[in-house]
Amino acid sequence: MKMKFIEEKIFNVLMVLATLVVFGFFASIVWTIVRSGFPTLTWEMITSLPGGGFYLGKEGGILNAIVGSLLIVFFSASLGLLISIPIVFYINVYLRKKSKLGYFTRLSFDVLYGIPSIVYGAFAFTIMIFFGLKTSLLGGIIVITLLIIPIFVRSMDEVAKSVPKDLLDAAYSLGATKLETCKIVIRQIMPGIATATLLSIGRAIGDSAGVLFTAGFTDNIPTSFNQPAATLPLSVFFQLSSPIPEVRERAYAAALLLTIIVLILSVGARLITNRFSKHRIQ
Amino acid sequence: MADNIRKRIFLDRLSKRVMLTLTIFSLLILVFMGGGLYYKSAEILRENSLWTMLTSSVWSPFNGEFGFWSFIISSIYVTLLAVIIALPISLLTALFLTENTKPWVRRVVFPVLDILAGIPSVIYGLWGILIIVPWIADELGPRFVDYTSGYTLLAGGIVLSVMIIPLLVSLFVEIFSTVPKEIKDASASLGATAWQTSRKVVLRKSTPGIIAAVVLAVSKAFGETMAVLMVCGNMVEIPRSLFDSAYPLPALIANNYGEMLSLPKYESALMFAALLLFAIILIFNAISRIVLQKVEERFKL
Repeated sequence: MKMKFIEEKIFNVLMVLATLVVFGFFASIVWTIVRSGFPTLTWEMITSLPGGGFYLGKEGGILNAIVGSLLIVFFSASLGLLISIPIVFYINVYLRKKSKLGYFTRLSFDVLYGIPSIVYGAFAFTIMIFFGLKTSLLGGIIVITLLIIPIFVRSMDEVAKSVPKDLLDAAYSLGATKLETCKIVIRQIMPGIATATLLSIGRAIGDSAGVLFTAGFTDNIPTSFNQPAATLPLSVFFQLSSPIPEVRERAYAAALLLTIIVLILSVGARLITNRFSKHRIQ
Repeated sequence: MADNIRKRIFLDRLSKRVMLTLTIFSLLILVFMGGGLYYKSAEILRENSLWTMLTSSVWSPFNGEFGFWSFIISSIYVTLLAVIIALPISLLTALFLTENTKPWVRRVVFPVLDILAGIPSVIYGLWGILIIVPWIADELGPRFVDYTSGYTLLAGGIVLSVMIIPLLVSLFVEIFSTVPKEIKDASASLGATAWQTSRKVVLRKSTPGIIAAVVLAVSKAFGETMAVLMVCGNMVEIPRSLFDSAYPLPALIANNYGEMLSLPKYESALMFAALLLFAIILIFNAISRIVLQKVEERFKL
């Protein structure tokens, strides 16, 4: 047999192996989290606040972290949408295709997307000091909003770019202003908006380095924007560094909960991209 | 009627202004970020020379000595290690997905990559602590060194490599699919096997894209914080082997956030670390994004 066929065989095997390795990592991560988290994930953990001596292994739950994460995610996703939809409209409807401003905006969002969350955290921390804010729910919302705007803009822009120009021209020819044309664009990019929202929520709920500086940590549910807020990832992180086995086991349970949420969001995003395209014109 | 039109035009102009303002403002975030971090690290830059801070490895905040070298080199080592592990796996997987496979494989592998990309870094860190660290401490380490805690450079590299594989594979798949089918067919018609075509045509054609993707992955690995913080050991020393602990820059910032208020100079030093991270990643990202855009445009039909 010729050398090239042997080489071919070897590399075919290697390619399958590489893919299996990726699968292996995935299976190992999911299996580890489920196996260690499942036994300790109880209803009480999800529905109660940390009791006295919680960090010594006494009873209580992580409701503070769950609610804190949800509050931060809810407010920053809404703010993020409000800020990024106009930007996407502007670079796709108001600007010409070859516009320099559009090019730089897209490039800067690509770059912002790559900036690590710890840098966002440090930056937001300097803003907070500048305005005299302490670690608080508001701080967490600011940093997460900044963090997810690039995700929103990039994934919505990806869909908005593919809206056919003829469709816009048809709207203009009927006398619509550019703002009114945006109403047509928004129908076209609806699935994009939904996917972008789920992606952003996934990233927002899993982020820990950003909120470390800014949201702080607390055993209570914040009742105003000035109070610190706990978050799920940080709850995992802090409990994990405890020397007490019971506390560490609860960290595993919190990790399982976080993983389940992220899994649902990720699967949901994929389903939406595939199905939720009712008004779409190809 | 005329009123109505005036109102519509007014609304259109108003919203254009608002949108333009938001767009310009978003462009300025990068400037503010760099400026804010520079402003905060100005104090330390005034008192210590930039060169000493970058090249000295003496770290004793209470004596006012801030040498970042051991953190910088830790970051570089961990990142390099992650890329060395992830690159062959991602290249082979991406080739497998684009060149010779049935549709059902893609339908299974892509969601898996999606999920891997979405898993929070704390979860990767936890996985590292439960699986990789004990494996290094009990199985792998004793074969090479007398003792290792498992919280090592190697653990950081492995965990980071798993974190960048989804990014690399999805970029590679995109890049490979821009190679025109005609030249692949031409290669096959000359008697090349599928692998020869992959190696000599697809990989060669996509070299600029591959490099850009790797640079992007490098900058992601360089800035990753929580997972490496959890598995690297965090001892201020220059790692001498894979089984020594490492202390990358992001971990330094995250680990000391609580203490930094007590010493103003310390805070300034940590902000300088953040500025360093920001500058490196900004440059890497901008270059690789520009290259990737060029690659995409070149092959667009």
